[in-house]
This record gives sequence, C-alpha cells and structure tokens, in this order.
Amino acid sequence: MNHYDLAIIGAGPAGMAAAVTAAESGLQVALIDEQARPGGQIYRNVGSPALRQREILGPDYYAGERLVEALDHPQITDFSGAMVWEVRTDTLCLTVDGQSRQIGFQRLLIATGAQERPVPFPGWTTPGVMTCGAAQIMLKTSGLAPNGPLIIAGSGPLLLLIACQLSRAGVEIEALLETTPRRRYLESLSAWPGALRGWRYLLKGASMLAELRRRGVKHLTGVSQLRAEADAEGQLCGLSYHRGGHQQRLDCATLLVHQGVVPNVQLSRSIGAAHDWDEVQQCWRPRLDPYGETTQAGVFIAGDGGGIGGALVAELQGRRAANRIANQLSRLGATEFEHRANSLQRQIDFQLAIRPFLDRLYRPADEFLRPSDETLVCRCEEVRAGEIRQLARGGCAGPNQAKAFSRAGMGPCQGRLCGLTVSQLMAEASDRPVAEVGYYNIRSPIKPVTLGEVAGLAADQDQQPQAPQIAEPSAVSNYQRSVSR
Amino acid sequence: MATVSNFKRLPANAAAEVCIWVEGQPVTAREGESVAAAVLAAGLGPTRTTPVSDSARSPYCMMGVCFECLMEIDGQANSQGCMTAVEEGMQVRFQRGIRAVPADTDTEKSTEKEAGENR
Ligand code: FES
Repeated sequence: MNHYDLAIIGAGPAGMAAAVTAAESGLQVALIDEQARPGGQIYRNVGSPALRQREILGPDYYAGERLVEALDHPQITDFSGAMVWEVRTDTLCLTVDGQSRQIGFQRLLIATGAQERPVPFPGWTTPGVMTCGAAQIMLKTSGLAPNGPLIIAGSGPLLLLIACQLSRAGVEIEALLETTPRRRYLESLSAWPGALRGWRYLLKGASMLAELRRRGVKHLTGVSQLRAEADAEGQLCGLSYHRGGHQQRLDCATLLVHQGVVPNVQLSRSIGAAHDWDEVQQCWRPRLDPYGETTQAGVFIAGDGGGIGGALVAELQGRRAANRIANQLSRLGATEFEHRANSLQRQIDFQLAIRPFLDRLYRPADEFLRPSDETLVCRCEEVRAGEIRQLARGGCAGPNQAKAFSRAGMGPCQGRLCGLTVSQLMAEASDRPVAEVGYYNIRSPIKPVTLGEVAGLAADQDQQPQAPQIAEPSAVSNYQRSVSR
Repeated sequence: MATVSNFKRLPANAAAEVCIWVEGQPVTAREGESVAAAVLAAGLGPTRTTPVSDSARSPYCMMGVCFECLMEIDGQANSQGCMTAVEEGMQVRFQRGIRAVPADTDTEKSTEKEAGENR
C-alpha cells in the first residue's frame, strides 16, 4: 500500500488548488477523481474540451485551464478514473479499471463538490427530463446539445447560464420558465448590501438576462406547478405549468430542470462527520472549523461540499485547507501560515459577499422542497411524498425508520436524490425542525462495487480484510434484493 | 426504442471515433465521452425500466448522482453509464425491470454492482 501525506478526493477547483499548494509545501499528494481528466463538474474536460467554439461556454469555463496545467508537479500522484468506495481512519479503498486497492494517508481532503438539488415534481422521472447540469456536462464532454423542442425550467444562476450557452450554440429554446416565487425578490432585499459588494456577480446576472433578451429567448417568470407529460412510449412530450392564473402547456422533447446546487455530503456522512441544517441554503452542510477541518480530526473539506460558494471560493478554500494541513504536518511555519490564512480569508469573504442575496433570491419554491402527495420522491424505489407524510404523521421517528417502512432511500442512489426531500417532508408533517428530524445514515460502500472487487482488495493486502460491510451476507444491498423480488 | 435523437452534435474539436454496440446496434461515439452520452446521442432508450413498476427511465444527471443510467456494460449489470467512458467494441445492454436480473446465485451476484445498505 502506498502512503501519502495528503489524499484529496475530487479534482475540481478545490481539489486541484489544494493539490498544488500542498505539493509546493513539499507534501506527497494523491489526487483522486472519478473522471479521466481533472476539472470537476465546473471545469469538466477543460484540458480537452469538445466544443470548437470557445464562446459557447465562455471565459469562466476556460479559467480552469490554468488550474489543470499547474497539476503537472512531481509531488502530485494522479489517480484519475478512480472510484473511492470506502474511507477509513488512515486508508481509503478505491477501484481503478476494475482493480481495487488501498491508499494510506496522514490527512484527507474531501473536495467532492456539489450535486444539483433534487427537483421533484410530477413526471420528473420521465425520460427526456434532465438537469441543467447534465446538459452542461454533455456540452463540455461531447459537444452534444438538445435537439427538438426544448424547455428550460427552474431557478438559479445556472438556469440562466445554460440558457445563454445553448442559445449561443444555436439551440432553439421553446421557453425559459422561471419558477422563482415573486416574493423572493422582496425577501432578498435585506441582503442587498452584500450583493453590492459582490457587484461583479450582479453584473454577470444582468448581462445574462440582457443576452437572453437580445437573443429573443422567451423568458417567462412566475411559473409554478410543473408537470411533465409522457407519450404512449413513456417518452417526454410536453410540460404543463401554471402561470398568471391559468394552466398552460407546451410541447417539448427535452426538459432541463434546475433548483440550485447543494453540498454532496455522501462521503462526509459515511465517515461520521457532524452535519448541520442550513436554513438559508435549505441543505445539510458538514460542520467545519475555520480551515475546513471536519469533526473527524485530520479530515478536511473544501469547496462546495462544505457549503455552496462557487468555483472561485472553492479554489481559495482548497488553498486554505492545504496550508493548514502543511502547517499541521510541520511543513509550513506559523508566521507564514498566519499570513496566508488571513489573506485567503479576506478573499473568501469578498467572494462570498453575494451569497446571502443569491441564497434568498433563489431559495426554491416550497413545491420543490415539499412536493405534492402524488409526486415521486424516491426515484429508485418509487415512493411518493404522500407516503412519507403519512409515515411522519403516524409517528415515524425519522428518515431511517421511514426508509425501513417505505424503502425510500434504499435504492442504488443511496438517498442522494430523495434524502433532502424526505427530511423536509417529515419535518413538515410532524411539525419539527429539519435538524431534529435528521438524515439517512450513510454507510460504505458509498459507490457500487462488486464483491469481486472487495475480495480482490483482500487478496491484494494478503491479510484479513477489515470486514467491508458488503462482504457479509446480511449486508447484501437492498437494491439487489429489490431487483430480485 | 426511440429512433430520432433528441440531441445533436455541435462542431467539435477532433477526437477519435469509437464504435460500441448498444442492444446489438452499432453506435459511433466520440472518444472520451460516456456510454450514457453516446446512447443519448444515438437516440436510444429508455435505458432502463424500474424494478418496482417497470416504468421507463433514461439518464438524468450525467454526473453519477441519480443512478438512472444503470446499464449492463460488457456483461456487468448495474454499471453507471454516465461514469463509464466508451471503449471500442463495448457491449451495452439496457436493464429491463425485474426480468433482466439473474437468479440469486452467488456466482452471478459477484458480477452485480452493489451499493451499501444504509439502514
Ligand atoms: S445519469 Fe445520473 S448517475 Fe448516471
């Protein structure tokens, strides 16, 4: 087994910046990412972009090139195309090309970023409904764009961005439907002072709106009650929605939805780090010290995985965590550490000034946080919101018990797409705060792995395996059971 | 199975072509892209039906979160199509609800990808 001073999971802006900073301090760094190339989702494939026309994705995307280039450092070992499925105190298990192996580390940085917030509404499982993030990934990695009637619906900066990008690429957009409730504009007023400090972001928002207008994209606000409709083959054929007191309908072959992004907490939960409910961002975030260290000593988080801040903040937080780690491992003196920490903090604060405004303005409409009873909440096991509400009213203690009763969260996505909703529905139905209701317990393996891969690891170590849970017959995944029924 | 693609390829930088087989049909993909992207570009799908109600699903998030893109890739069931890069000659099959699942024997279980039980 190879040992590293620092293992970093996730090669997005936070992970890449941390790797370089740590390497420059003399640390041996393992940089691990599931993708073949560094970049994360925001700079996905930036080292080898598919699109010929750079104007489509714009300069904010190609800004990632500089981070990728800096990774060429002798102290950084690149583990690309590697899937981490279990993290222990000083080792982690990963699979590369079907081969499992372990890596030892002194410090761990989780930089697994964000996922899009689940957007449950009737029909959201229909083939043809995808997320705005998915559309961006297809642009970045394949140069693929929706063809045929396209509707973009939801709320948040990415909604406007993808509309601009697709429009620049010559894609026709049937309609851009904004679900931001009108009262959010009022609610966000209190955050204007911060917004003014972050005027660059405001300017970007304004220029995107102006671009959409210039390009003639039909942009409708005040939209609610989305419902995706399927044809006889089950494929998406239209979207109905409510606006201006009327029910309306449009044909579409592709519907891109978005309600902002939330920290991806799967890994930090699996190691037992403490998480708190963030009422403003309506999501869970790991409890971190000022340098990003979790409640599990030696494990750090930087970037959107610790709370949404965006790519620039992620990069700064990555450097901040790396400096702290170098300092803890006696590779960076106290004076220099303090100096760097202060300077980074100032930059982070400046970049975060816009957040309170954005968080308030783009807080999703209640119908997406706590959807109607008929809406599927757990896509894997097909559990509806009504069932969760009923369980909560019947005295079900929390998501883990609800899971046992309803199977919600037991499927292959391990609650990634229903966890937030289930917690919020139960809180609402039992009239308790979300923090009290809690979240699913997340256990390893956090990614699908074959028994063969687990066994291969044991053989590789030539020792008794540390009993990965899946190796025990009692823990054969429920997905397996459910599909075998 | 849909035949007209809901996606089109925009002018792209040069990349090698990779041929994969989806449900026995040849599909030309772009080197470096995911199986899920290649399947969507070819207008094929739905890529699975659910074990519970047999309802149709296709890739949703393209970033490894939703597991809607589970397919059988080179004989390995429950592989995430959006996290698997295309390779020449790859054999891709769609998973059909309850029916596609092999009998619950140990040998077959070992090729089945599994995620943890989160009870
Ligand atoms: S499309 Fe969501 S995990 Fe692959």
